[in-house]
Amino acid sequence: MGGDPRRDGIAGSGALKTLVPMLDTLARRVGRDVNLMEVCGTHTMTAFRSGLRQLMPKSVHLISGPGCPVCVTDTNYIDAAIALCRRSDVIVATFGDLMRVPGSESSLERERAAGADVRVVYSPTDAVALARENSGKKIVFLGVGFETTAPTVAASIATASKDGLKNFFVLAAHKTMPQALEALLRDQQVKIDGFICPGHVTVITGAAMYRFICEKYRIPCVVGGFEPFDMLKAAEMLLAQIADGRAEVEIEYSRSVNDRGNVAAQKLMAEVFEECDAGWRGIGNIPRSGLTIRAKYAAFDAVPSLGVQFEPARPHPGCRCGDVLRGVITPLDCKLFGKACTPTEPFGPCMVSSEGTCAAYFKYGKRAAA
Amino acid sequence: MCLAVPAKIVELQGTAATISVEGALREVDVSLIEEPRLGDFVLVHAGFAIHKWDQSEVDEWEAIRAGMGLPGVVP
Repeated sequence: MGGDPRRDGIAGSGALKTLVPMLDTLARRVGRDVNLMEVCGTHTMTAFRSGLRQLMPKSVHLISGPGCPVCVTDTNYIDAAIALCRRSDVIVATFGDLMRVPGSESSLERERAAGADVRVVYSPTDAVALARENSGKKIVFLGVGFETTAPTVAASIATASKDGLKNFFVLAAHKTMPQALEALLRDQQVKIDGFICPGHVTVITGAAMYRFICEKYRIPCVVGGFEPFDMLKAAEMLLAQIADGRAEVEIEYSRSVNDRGNVAAQKLMAEVFEECDAGWRGIGNIPRSGLTIRAKYAAFDAVPSLGVQFEPARPHPGCRCGDVLRGVITPLDCKLFGKACTPTEPFGPCMVSSEGTCAAYFKYGKRAAA
Repeated sequence: MCLAVPAKIVELQGTAATISVEGALREVDVSLIEEPRLGDFVLVHAGFAIHKWDQSEVDEWEAIRAGMGLPGVVP
């Protein structure tokens, strides 16, 4: 345990007693520094909140990935949503996470304070209910999120179609994981030795989705759950693979994840959406990494139905969210962090989202930097 | 954003269910899981059940929580 009282204190609890020495042993077997990327924003928060980073051997670095949907949503999407909410005939419905994300000049929160009708909803079905209750208004749901969320939005479009609703629209900017992970592996600036794959994305997609990463890039993948124990166990499984020279897809989160995923959700997603190229904030365009609404459901697509235009966004000078999202730097390397950019006055999305890496570093302070 | 919480189905009518999460009740859609039944434990995301746990999976989760000194959330 290395005589670090803080580390020993955390590790002293129950199940971690055996896991932490195992990590140390495996790290010695690996014999070099390794970067394990936790792809999902919810994993990032688990790691920070529970102090997991202190439990890692010194040679094992947990780096945060692009798995915070709010953080990777392009500025021009926020600008388009803001343009929509300024229309008197529109009610914008959104998950709460998007409210404070800065667009080029404003945010949905500021627009709401100025009188725009922006509603925070818990589920896309709440937005469908809003459409039923407000027949004189156009309800636009902001469809962001990965494969976990996309089926729920697909379901809301299917329901609106079945019920013949004429005033329900989705501004879709869903993104998918496989091509984004591949883009990171092709990035020369960041070296990744293993992925802790996103548990709830994989509930839907199935773990087989990651096999190409192992076969093509020889990078091990372990699908992890969201209890601190799950994440440590996933790290242990990755280290064991690296030590053995293996690159396989393994499932730590087996109580929720299997190889084939939720087939009903996959079918619904494929019925409503089709693949498209997508712009990721800070990363740029990644071919086939997004979902757009199929022509069959175009009546529910806000882009053609409401004439949405995506204008070039005005970049925020100095904001390095893109580098944070790729794992190239930590927030501590950004000059704005904690000074010009704070949770109350955020510049970039990584400081806004509750799952953003900058927000986590800010909230958990020095402990996070260790 | 990909947060999903385990919850128990306490009422069920077609594809509409009421779930209990740490004692709080909420309406969810169960059309994305196979054969939902009263008393099932499900993972809930954005108002939809996206996966069903069998009893051994619930037990595993409770054991992990207990091992970390955390309370089980099973109502």
